[in-house]
Amino acid sequence: MPLRLLKYAWKKPEEEPRFFPDEKPLKKAYDVVIIGGGGHGMACAYYLAKEHGITNVAVLEQGYIGGGNTGRNTTIVRSNYLTAEGVKFYDQSVKLFEDLSDEFDLNIFYSTRGHFTLAHTDSAMRTMRWRAEVNKHYGIDSEVVDVETIKKDIPYMDVQCNGQHPVMGALYHAPGSVARHDAVAWGYARGAQMRGVEIHQKTQVTEIKTQDGKVKGVQTNRGFIEASKVISMVAGSTPRITKMVDMQTPIEVFPLQACVTEPVKPFMNTIVVSGSLHVYVSQSSRGELVMGASVDPAELHSTRSTLDFVEGLTDQMMDLFPFTSRLKIMRQWAGMSDITPDFAPIMGKTDLEGFYLDAGWGTWGFKATPVSGKTMAYTVANDRDHDLIKPFSLSRFEEFALVGEKGAASVGH
Amino acid sequence: MKFVTCPHIGKRALSEFTYGGELRVEPDIETVSDKQWTDYVFHRHSEPKTQQEWWYHRPTGMWFIFTRNTLTDLISQVKVASRGALHEA
Ligand SMILES: Cc1cc2nc3c(=O)[nH]c(=O)nc-3n(C[C@H](O)[C@H](O)[C@H](O)COP(=O)(O)OP(=O)(O)OC[C@H]3O[C@@H](n4cnc5c(N)ncnc54)[C@H](O)[C@@H]3O)c2cc1C
Repeated sequence: MPLRLLKYAWKKPEEEPRFFPDEKPLKKAYDVVIIGGGGHGMACAYYLAKEHGITNVAVLEQGYIGGGNTGRNTTIVRSNYLTAEGVKFYDQSVKLFEDLSDEFDLNIFYSTRGHFTLAHTDSAMRTMRWRAEVNKHYGIDSEVVDVETIKKDIPYMDVQCNGQHPVMGALYHAPGSVARHDAVAWGYARGAQMRGVEIHQKTQVTEIKTQDGKVKGVQTNRGFIEASKVISMVAGSTPRITKMVDMQTPIEVFPLQACVTEPVKPFMNTIVVSGSLHVYVSQSSRGELVMGASVDPAELHSTRSTLDFVEGLTDQMMDLFPFTSRLKIMRQWAGMSDITPDFAPIMGKTDLEGFYLDAGWGTWGFKATPVSGKTMAYTVANDRDHDLIKPFSLSRFEEFALVGEKGAASVGH
Repeated sequence: MKFVTCPHIGKRALSEFTYGGELRVEPDIETVSDKQWTDYVFHRHSEPKTQQEWWYHRPTGMWFIFTRNTLTDLISQVKVASRGALHEA
């Protein structure tokens, strides 16, 4: 062993290939411009190139790849939603996620954990039964479990919740998973770039040029770019982009915060969510507890963190897991969530020819990264909304055909 | 903790308040078109700006109108909600 080590030390160091090749200069024109280099933008670019042969594509990112909500989320992936539209859509995403590591040749640390949504009231139990039935109808692994099962699977949890709001049961979803968020964005980005897509970081879109009801291109801090198809995939910045084309949406932006504790020994393999207490938690592979709550109380376009958030969250968390009172919070952060009134996304074509929207991802859009990329790529390539996203079009509000995805609720993830 | 100074009730913790959304004028129900009604019910201009907002003070049951910047979170004006306040929006 030491000899091999020595030999290795004397060998000329091999050049590690760069993960991303050097950036090329911006071209004057592209077939498709994607605004936003988060998971969704990268996935869309990837599927445009891979499945539709459209490679003259630029992804424009004002900061760095995955620096928006993609790199700030708590990475819960699941499909036990409440509506038929939601269940079918997210189920496709879970299936795509399961194969991504192989497809990218990059470990996205996809880890299937099982997902408990706790119910503390009769009405919550009723919703869980409803969700379980909808889920089972569409072939999703989802069931209501009793307190004994919960006690067995989550041994350190106080099911009495300090006597305040005892747990009555839970919705259990075996496929519930977590993944490495950055790796998802990087994997898609590298795959897209290998197929000819250009990714331009530190490139901010400041204006969208239109003529006779059609998109002509985008103005950026690095000059004008011609394109007849522009896709906005900017999550919390959506209202700023739609303003550029004078379009109104029901989206309102609220900060969503999260935090992690110092690492502790592995004690909990599952993901635990409590809608009534507005908290959720999972243990990362490093041992940290990754915790989050519902969105901040008022609209705000900022990624500032607050002490109010940590105080509120830990107060509830100590009722569920009393021993966490001894843990220290290591880091906290926030992202900007683009919330819709029916907790479903806004996707597809718009009234403006050549302008496509992928937004309204609020607190629940990481799990949708693969399927939204895939369906948006189809929509743009064929200039026709993919069947799976038809219920999510912006026009649903004018038609009073909302989706009513309460299963996403602000804390549901 | 953030504090805000209000008429009648003085300096209060912001956590005592519930956000009620942007102050918007309800269209006349007799004459409104479907499109205008949709805009009023659903559509928002949620880009960063200074706006007037409803805030409910739970302990006293009073409604206030805050003028707040949604980029900086600075509250520049607070007044008691009244019929008059609605028409000024
Ligand atoms: C704290 C937190 C926890 C969450 N937890 C979960 C979870 O457990 N499960 C789940 O499914 N979802 C979760 N979400 C939601 C999820 O993170 C998002 O819905 C998802 O990541 C959105 O991805 P995106 O690619 O659309 O947006 P983003 O990753 O935000 O990417 C958008 C990009 O657009 C760029 N951009 C904006 N404006 C411009 C411009 N003018 N020009 C150029 N570029 C621009 C931004 O810099 C950004 O990088 C959570 C979110 C937060 C904040």
